[in-house]
Amino acid sequence: MLKFFHKMASPKYFYQFAGKLIPWLAVACLGFMLVGLYDGLLLAPTDYQQGDSYRIMFVHVPAAWMSMFIYMVMAGAGAIGLIWHIKLAEVMAISSAHVGASFTFLALVTGSIWGKPMWGAWWVWDARLTSELILLFLYLGVIALYNAVEDKRTAARATSILALVGVVNIPIIHYSVEWWNTLHQGPTVTKFDAPSIDIDMLIPLLLMAVAFKLFYAVVVLMRARCEILQRERNSGWVRDLVKASS
Amino acid sequence: MTTANLSQAFMILLRRDLTLAYRRRSEMINPLLFFVLVTALFPLGIGADPTLLREVGPGIVWVAALLAALLSLETIFRSDFDDGSLEQLLLSPHPLSILMIAKVFAHWLITGLPLLVVAPLLGVLLDLPGDAIKTLLITLALGTPVLSLIGTIGVALTVGLRKGGMILSLLVLPLYIPVLIFAANAVATSGAGLPIDAHLSLLTALLALAISLSPVATAAALRISLS
Repeated sequence: MLKFFHKMASPKYFYQFAGKLIPWLAVACLGFMLVGLYDGLLLAPTDYQQGDSYRIMFVHVPAAWMSMFIYMVMAGAGAIGLIWHIKLAEVMAISSAHVGASFTFLALVTGSIWGKPMWGAWWVWDARLTSELILLFLYLGVIALYNAVEDKRTAARATSILALVGVVNIPIIHYSVEWWNTLHQGPTVTKFDAPSIDIDMLIPLLLMAVAFKLFYAVVVLMRARCEILQRERNSGWVRDLVKASS
Repeated sequence: MTTANLSQAFMILLRRDLTLAYRRRSEMINPLLFFVLVTALFPLGIGADPTLLREVGPGIVWVAALLAALLSLETIFRSDFDDGSLEQLLLSPHPLSILMIAKVFAHWLITGLPLLVVAPLLGVLLDLPGDAIKTLLITLALGTPVLSLIGTIGVALTVGLRKGGMILSLLVLPLYIPVLIFAANAVATSGAGLPIDAHLSLLTALLALAISLSPVATAAALRISLS
């Protein structure tokens, strides 16, 4: 087992292994997503209060979960890269940043589309919306810093530090925003105190959450492969690969 | 040759930075002028109605202070980086994180403390009540060191970059949000005559957290940026 991990840390083996893994993950992702969407959009019961417009939740909620999950993965991979100087962890951290930013953006957009008919406004300064927006800025900061530093190894380590600083700050930001909200305007209509969700709605939601996780795995592996090729462009095995394919 | 012990090194670095700043006194004025100017722009933009100003005043002063702190951040390592003394600092046998506290402290004395001096004036301009002005001073005294400490991490990450300024604001501003929320709220709350102990406790907690953690992150970031 340990030997397997040791082997995986080498860019060459990781590149080949990820290449084999991606099709399987992609098929599984597609399967979960089709079943989840069919179940969520057609089979799940209509909500007695929100009608059919609640169905955007099957995209919105998993996207919001992923936005936070990926930040944790990114910071974790960054920490591993900083401590043990594993190049692959740095690659994974920076490949996650773009995917995470996209999921955060998706969560904000779908939330806004849902909010227009429900609240009558595209945007309200609700605590959860605001912290999600700040999370998007944190992601964009990580990406901007990575692009600005020319040497990519230095860039990856600098962004790892930034991601770790962000992790310490995320709970503080989250609670400060929450208190700010309650201090300013008190409980609003937006606070729906999680009315225990119907099982027929929960199943498609969980299916979609699994599908999104698999989607993230596929995309992050693809990005990591590209990143590895770019970084290792002067090494022998990449040259052989290019020669073989041309 | 004798080597300075840690506390001597701390004091030497502090004195050096203060002396350097004193020799370029005119540069110290710029963030202050910026602070006053930005605050003066708001009544022009939103109208001079005193009740309106009293309501939005705490937020305005704090946002202006935040931007002034951000603007002056870059100078903390700029000249040291240009003449190579920053690299000398990295070679020092003393823990870099402690030396970073000295640098941030000097920087705060130069750029943060003057904000406290002009803040009452701005409070009067925005027609804030006396209690609110007093709270404004306390929150600035507790909050601006946090801004300097967190901001220095961002500067350390971007110090070698040619166009670090824009990126710096993107990196640092989201992390400033908790300070802004608690401080501006405290001023508004005390203006309404309510107790503000909770806000001040939270600000102090943020300061304690920033002092203990951010120098470590700054030191690590500097080592990466200059490697």
